[in-house]
Formats: sequence, structure tokens, C-alpha cells
Amino acid sequence: MRFSLNGLRVDVEAPPLKRLLDVLREDCSLTGTKEGCGEGECGACTVLVDGSPVNACLVPFAHVRGRRVTTIEGLRRRLPEALVREGGSQCGICTPGVMMAAAALGPRPSAARVREALAGNLCRCTGYSGIVRALAGARAVPRPRVHAAAPRAARKRTVRS
Amino acid sequence: MATALSRLALLQPRSLIEALRLLRDEGPLVPLAGCTDLYVGLHFGTIPEKRFLDLSGLSALRGIRLRSDTLVIGALATYTELIRSPLVRRRLPILVEAARQVGSPQIQNRGTIGGNVANASPAGDTLPVLATAEAVIVIRSVDGERRVPFDSFYTGYRRTAMRRDELIVAIEVPPVEGRQWFRKVGTRAAQAISKIVIAAVRAPLPRIALGSVAPTVVRVPCTEAVLARGGTITEAQATLMDEIQPIDDVRSTAEYRRRVSANLLAQFWSETAGRAGR
Repeated sequence: MRFSLNGLRVDVEAPPLKRLLDVLREDCSLTGTKEGCGEGECGACTVLVDGSPVNACLVPFAHVRGRRVTTIEGLRRRLPEALVREGGSQCGICTPGVMMAAAALGPRPSAARVREALAGNLCRCTGYSGIVRALAGARAVPRPRVHAAAPRAARKRTVRS
Repeated sequence: MATALSRLALLQPRSLIEALRLLRDEGPLVPLAGCTDLYVGLHFGTIPEKRFLDLSGLSALRGIRLRSDTLVIGALATYTELIRSPLVRRRLPILVEAARQVGSPQIQNRGTIGGNVANASPAGDTLPVLATAEAVIVIRSVDGERRVPFDSFYTGYRRTAMRRDELIVAIEVPPVEGRQWFRKVGTRAAQAISKIVIAAVRAPLPRIALGSVAPTVVRVPCTEAVLARGGTITEAQATLMDEIQPIDDVRSTAEYRRRVSANLLAQFWSETAGRAGR
């Protein structure tokens, strides 16, 4: 089945109802997406489908046919320094999901918008304040890579950024 | 568990009529769309069914539009689409409020109103809104279409008036006269299943519906009648506490639910005072 994964066109064979989370981790070897609760409560497995955050544990693989899937591996920037500086990442299991949920925010989001965007992401270490401080008003909230039609174009874009 | 999910069959019709034929001829099939409820059960092995019908590709079930004076919401409308719809915001702002309080952005991006209705949970957040708005559930089978008033759609705990060969295609909402009010009480703002959820309309004949206080979402006609004839709020609260049948469960107790329902009724009445029939 064809879909776009982090800006690249891919063709992956997997059962239609297999969880997108498992397809990413097992069939695509992208283990940055974490499994937390497995029932859509914790947000650890958050990825973007067509730019919108979803819980990959609740998405059947069949539903991403022809869609753009972006995982933590596809974010242009790695963990922002602010998240480290503010103590917004400790054990780290929630961090990829937090980053993906925040990726849908525009630049310089207010603290209220960050809290709303992260309402579905549980963190048991930080108490959230560090995460919100790090992401609110951030100049460069990580954005997903721009989708490109052909793999070559996508790679070029990656190199440039 | 991933392997268990991998063994299940998915039928993917291209059109509504194909979907309805599959339901009739190839059943039993479990329809799926946003999967925000279904996948929890499937993953934890509480759903025995093995064959599923994918509705997500059916364009006939999409869209939010106005048909003459009726708001028509396609069954596949997601909570995010409801929140963003200027039409819903103008006609039924309490549905926007309810949708904003469902789950999280991740859930709102996937969950559908048709799924919330079909899932038939007494705690479904949009359901009291649809009850007070006197919505009509539009159901289709190969044999044709029928329109079931919300009031008679639920026949018991997690039971609906639908047959296994039928699909919800849309929800129709007539114009709502009066000031609309909504409140969800849960353990926290996001991701919480409601302890109590209430929607109400302040009009000469007030309409009030509650979730999580009975086997189904319920209107409370006796309480509405007390307020309609000018009874005091204290009298209406007493009536309400008799009229609902809450239970003790993992989320709350019957006593808490009775008391808080009565408090919410008073809050509705005071916050909408002086603006009746607007």
C-alpha cells in the first residue's frame, strides 16, 4: 500500500487493520513513535496524518492509503534546546508524542494554545510546566518537513534544511 | 495484540450502496470509521467480531450543510470538523462546545459524530446536545431510508433502534429556538469520560437532556414541565433528582450524580436568566 512517510513515497505491505503504530515500528523500522497506553489516552504514539495529530495506536493501517504520515523521525529539528533547558524532557517516553502534537501549532504559540494542543499527551515526570515553558512562544516550534511529490525532490529538500 | 488485529478482515466499499449491499449480503460486519472507540476494544481483546466494514471512504457520509432550514451533519463529520464549522457554530454552538471537550485533539481529529451516536454510550458527549436539539438520526439500508427521532433511537443500555444491515448516514438538526447551554463534568478537562454531561435550551418550553445519569442519554420531561409552568428552581431540582436514575460506577456515585445534576440545573437556569426565547 502506497503512502507518503516523512516526505518520501513508500510502498508497505501490511494487514489493513494492523495498527499504524505497529506498521511504523515493525514494518518501517521507525521506533521513535512510542507505545504508551494503547488506548488513545496518553498520546505517546502521536504522529501526523495529513498534518493533523492522531494517535497511531487507534489508526488502522488501511486509513493512511495515499495520505501523508509524519513521524518524529520526519521532524526537521531534533529536540529543541529549550525543552532540555526547561526540564521539559526527563524519562523521555512522552517526548516524541509531545513534539508531534506541538508540531501542528504555528510559530510563537501562547501557553494556552500549547496546553490545549498537549491536552492529549500525558507526562508523568515534568508536571508539564517545563514543556509548556519550552514550547510557548518558541520561535521555531518544529514543523514537519514539506511534502514533496517525488523522493528525489524530498531528499533535496531535506539536505537544504 | 498487534498480531490479533492483523488477522481481522476489512471490507472497503467505494460507495454507500456497495457498503449497504455488503452489510446485507456479507454480514455480520462491524462498521468502522474513526476507530477511537473500536480500536480500544480490539486491542484489548474485548471485541469478538472478526470482519469489519470501512466507512471512511464514503463521500456520501461526509459534509456539514444546510438543507432549507435543517442542519445536516454527515455521519463521518469529525469533532474537529464540527468545531471548525461556521454553520454548526451559528446553529448549534453547544455541539461545538461538546466536541471541544471530547478526548484530545488527536481524538477529535479522528472520532466521528456518527460513531458517537452508534456507539450508544450513556456518556457520549454529543448525545445530550442532539437530544435537546431534537435531532433526527437518518438511517439507510438497501431497502431505503428512515428517519428516527433522537428520542426513540436508544432502546436501552447500549441498544439502538438500528438493524444490523443499517448505517447511520446523517444527523439532521432542526432550528433551535432559545439560549443553548452545555456543561460536562469529568475528572479533568481533556480525556475524561463524563461523570455527568448536560445540554439544555432556555425557551418558553425548556429542554434539558443529561448523560451518564441513566442507561441511555435522557430528556427529563417532568423537570422541563416544572420549569415551563413557572415552578421554582428548587422544585425543579427536586423533580430532577427523582427523575434520573444514576448508578455507582468507577467514575462516580449515584449520590454525587444526583446532587451535581441538580446543581447544574440551577446553574443553567441562572446563567440563561433574562434571555429566554432569544
